[in-house]
Formats: sequence, structure tokens, C-alpha cells
Amino acid sequence: MPQRIVNVASRVGLHARPAAVFVKAASAAALPVTIAKEGKEPVSARSILAVLGLDVRGGEEVVLEADGDGAENVLEDLARLLTEDLEG
Amino acid sequence: MSGALSAPETQEPVDGPAAPAVPAPAERAGGAGAGGPAVQAATPRRLTGIGIGSAAVLGPVALMAEPDPPPPAGLAPAGDGEHEAGRALAALETVAADLERRAGSAGPEAADVLEAQAMMARDPSLAEAVRALTDAGVAAERAVYEAFDGFREALAAAGGYLGARVADLDDLRARAVAVAAGRPMPGVPAREEPFVLVAKDLAPADTAVLDLTRVLALVTEQGGPTSHTAILARARGIPAVVGVAGVLGLADGETVMVDADDGLVLPSPAEQVVAATLARAKARREAARTGGDGTGPILAADGREVRLLANVGGGADVAAAVAAGARGVGLFRTELLYLGTLRPPTFEEQVAAYREVLDGFPGGLVVARTLDAGADKPLPFLPLGEEPNPALGVRGVRAFRGAYEHLLDTQLAALAAAAVDAPAELWVMAPMVTTAEEAAWFAAKAHAAGIAKAGVMIEVPAAALTAQEVLAEVDFASIGTNDLTQYTMAADRLLGSLGALQDAGHPAVLRLVALVAAAGAVLGKPVGVCGEAAADPRLAAELIRLGVTSLSMAPAAIPELRAALTK
Repeated sequence: MPQRIVNVASRVGLHARPAAVFVKAASAAALPVTIAKEGKEPVSARSILAVLGLDVRGGEEVVLEADGDGAENVLEDLARLLTEDLEG
Repeated sequence: MSGALSAPETQEPVDGPAAPAVPAPAERAGGAGAGGPAVQAATPRRLTGIGIGSAAVLGPVALMAEPDPPPPAGLAPAGDGEHEAGRALAALETVAADLERRAGSAGPEAADVLEAQAMMARDPSLAEAVRALTDAGVAAERAVYEAFDGFREALAAAGGYLGARVADLDDLRARAVAVAAGRPMPGVPAREEPFVLVAKDLAPADTAVLDLTRVLALVTEQGGPTSHTAILARARGIPAVVGVAGVLGLADGETVMVDADDGLVLPSPAEQVVAATLARAKARREAARTGGDGTGPILAADGREVRLLANVGGGADVAAAVAAGARGVGLFRTELLYLGTLRPPTFEEQVAAYREVLDGFPGGLVVARTLDAGADKPLPFLPLGEEPNPALGVRGVRAFRGAYEHLLDTQLAALAAAAVDAPAELWVMAPMVTTAEEAAWFAAKAHAAGIAKAGVMIEVPAAALTAQEVLAEVDFASIGTNDLTQYTMAADRLLGSLGALQDAGHPAVLRLVALVAAAGAVLGKPVGVCGEAAADPRLAAELIRLGVTSLSMAPAAIPELRAALTK
């Protein structure tokens, strides 16, 4: 299954505003995407509660996965988003 | 503000014959069963409480509902699984839409929080958890309640920032459960139109998210004249009536007349009542406008000058104090500098902050209170430990004798440095002084640091009763009526249910004030008052009669008091 491994750039991690921005983008994507971090089960990237529950800190590595037509593009877009500072 | 001297109507008068200005129950309650067995009329025509301010307003009630208890595990579903899932998800959607609507009119930071909460309410994983429960025959309310559990635990386990979000989730859950049950959502109501907020009581957490520009008046069932609601109302100039028994029976959206001057709440008032009440309030307001200008001292009946001063927390409050006509500060609460930091403010930071206040009152006076700490307001660098009863614990000046004395030394040095070449005179006082020995200890320290005038707060009955001995050791005293009332009446300031006992106008408190004022007169030392009582026109007149030399209060209360005292 196509996947991307990416370091989360936002200093606060995937909390607060960065988490909301990421989940909104994932919800708008054409395919369901999962997000995982080491030691935790993958969760739906469209669930703000599940994403918050991963407790991803700034600089930590996450794995994005999606399957189906256009999965590469969807993953590429979301991975790029995570390399930006989303706190602003 | 007549209500400030009277008890809420369903409670017994504080002290029958001796209590001043407590009208007969029948007079106050319009005969609606006051004092007698609880006969609550179905539609009471008037409710009474303790008024804060003097304005009268008419507006729709917005009830702040209390959270319901969790729906029981065995709650019978209203329909089949599909029906219950529909009800549960509709409730979540209602809550999400409400949050989004509020986000639209909130500031950018609050909007982010509200939008995130709306996303949580629409979370697909949450919806899945709800469906799994309703499919298993769980009622909608209970399904919503249980569906949050897993997410709640994950956040709580993470701790830190996420741990703090558990409260957001709980708030969300309480709203959705209430909607599913067909009840009003708990929490501070959000309305487009200005409203009269009616609540059991208001906590700082509630008012932090309250848009005060839309609040016409605050009405609470509990609370006394020193409750958080009363202090907020005075500080913001919003009329309020607190300690109003039966007020939670008002219907959401019902029109009420709130008359803070008389401590009255009139549901669905007749037109002529509205017109008369508003006309009286307008007359008071105009009297305040014409008589409330000016900055000079008030002249007491015996020719003494009484200064009207402002309570401030720092430089940010100076403009409002000056605009209100204050020529000085009677209580500079320095603790704001110390809150929310992991280390105490440095000498330089303190000098700058103190100087900012001193610069605001050229030719005037600034009375600073040294850091007031206690087990109920812990600071990271001043760990006082847990105490079973913080009000009677290591607090105020007590906290700085011993291991933390250096914190006080730095503060006194910074205050002395700020006063050098400052345009205003600086006096410094210690909070929560009990004995003459403590007073002498503090005065010696302050004088040694270079502070010209050292004084004490009189908040403890022991200090008031030995005012002669205490005042002999210092240059001045300031009576903190909020705590003096709490300790004299043995009634916790934070307990809304004891509102009737939190009466600074009670003879017991006033006799202590008289003792301190008399000691000050004998020794030729100023004695001020800086509690909420100073802002109450009728009580203020009594305090002046007893001999106090200054009154200090929230800036917003000064013009009205000046008008009342000079008419």
C-alpha cells in the first residue's frame, strides 16, 4: 500500500490548530487516509479525536497510508502539509 | 444597592433586631411567602436579591443550564437502533452547528477552539462509536455519553496539552447529551441579541468565555456581594443581582426587568412598571453624570477629607482609574505580576511594573499590597503545600516568614527603587497581618528597604480588635472588608449558599471597622477601606461616618459613588 513517512514540522505537533488543519485536508481528500506513529495503531486521518489521541509531537515521524486510484497524489499533498508550520 | 444590606428573601434575616436597613420580609417580598414555609408562587411577580450597581435594564433571559447527571446505563431506547442512531447523530450535529455559529462571531483565538470543538462533534470515528452502541440497543443519550469514553481516556492518558482538552470534550459531551434528551445545552449561552444572563452561579471559567458586550445584566441564584459575579459586575460596570432565590425558575427567553439599585428581578413586567423603573434609573444615571465628575476628595460631615481611590492590578488599569476620577490607588494588587510564571519576576521587571502604575498618578498616592499568596492560589516558586483550610492557613504575610523571606525582600527593594523620583507617593502594606508583632516585623523590613510609609491590611478580627497595638507599629492601615467579613462571620467568601452572611454591613463587621478607625484617629494614622463594601454608596457613607480616611474600589464604581456621596 502506498505510504509516506514524514516529520511533523509544527512545533506544537499535531495538536490544536495544526491537527485541525490536517484533519480538514484529509477529510477533503478523495480517499480515506490513515496516520500512524511508532507504537500506536494507524487511525483515520479524518478523525480529529483519533489524531489528537496519537499525541504526535513536533519533529516526530508519522506514517501516512492510502490505497486506490490517486493515492500517491493524496499522500503527497498531505505529507507536504505536515512539513509546513501550521501554527500561524 | 439597597439589597447589599438585605438577605435573599428565602433566608432568615442575618441578625433580626441588630441588622441595619433590613426591611421587614413582607415589604421586600411582596408577600410571596418570605421567611415562612417555602410557598413558591408558580409565576412570582418579583424576585429579590443583592443588587450590584444602580442601573436598570430590560431584556430576554438566557438561562445558563447546569450539566445534567450522566444518562443511566439502563436507559430505555425511544426506538430501534436506526432511530436512536439518528437521534444521537442529530444531537451531535446540532451542537456542531451551534459551535460553528459561535465561532463566526468570536475572536480569532476563541474561534479556533470553537471550530476544533465543532470538528470533534462531527468526528466520523465518534459517529462510528455511537452507531456501534445504538445497534447494540443503547439509547441515544447514553450512546453519545459512552461513545466519548474511549477518546476521553486517550486524551487524559496523554496528559499535558491534550489532558487539558478533556474538559473541552466533557463540555461537548454534556451539550450533545442534553440536546439528545431535549434539554437546553449547559454552559454559557451564546445569543446574537443582548440578554440577561441567569445562572446558578458564575465561575471564572464561565465568564472567561462570556462575551460581556452582549450581557445586559447578570443574575445569579447564589453568591453574595463579594462573589466572583459581583466583583466582575462592578469591575465591568454591568448591573447584577446576586443571591436571588427562585430565579432558575424563569423561562429561557422570558423578558425580565433587572433593577440593580433595588436588588429586584421582575419577570414579564407590566409596561408602566418598565417605564417607571427605567425612568428612575435614568434619573440616577443623570445625577451620577453631573455629580460623578471631579477628582477631589469627598468632604465628610465633620469636615474631614475622604479620598476616593482605585483598586488596580497593574499599569493596564491605570487609564480606567484616571478616567473614573481616581487621584490615586488604594489597593495595587501586585500578585498579577507573579501569576502564570514559573519563576518570580526579577527585580528589574518589578521596578518597571510598579513604576508604570506610579507614573499614572502624578501628585497622587499609590498603596501597593505585597504579594498575597496562599495554598488556594499556589505559585510554582512558592510551594505552600496542601492545606485542609487555606483561608486559615499559611497565607498573606505568613507565607514570607522563613524559607521565602527573600521573595518579599526583593519585592520591597523593587518597590523602593520604583518610588525613587516617581511622580506619585508610594505606600506599601502587607496582607493578612494578625498581630502587632507581625506588623512591627513588616514595618521594620519595609523601612529598612527604603520605603517611607509601611502599613498593614486589617482583614483578621484579631488585628482589628488590637488595632491600637497594631497601628502603633506602622504608618497606616487599610481594612480589607471582604476577608474581614469572611473571618468575622465565619462564612467562606467562595460559598454562594452563605451569601446572606457575607454582609460587610453587619454590625459585627462595622464595630470592628469602628475600632480600627478610632485607633487611627487617636494615633493620627490613616485608615482606609479597600473591600467591595467601599463601592456600596450606603455602606460607604457609614464607613465615612465611622472615621475611615479613604475608600478604594473598582474604577468603574467611582463616579457613581462620588455622585451618591456628594448629593
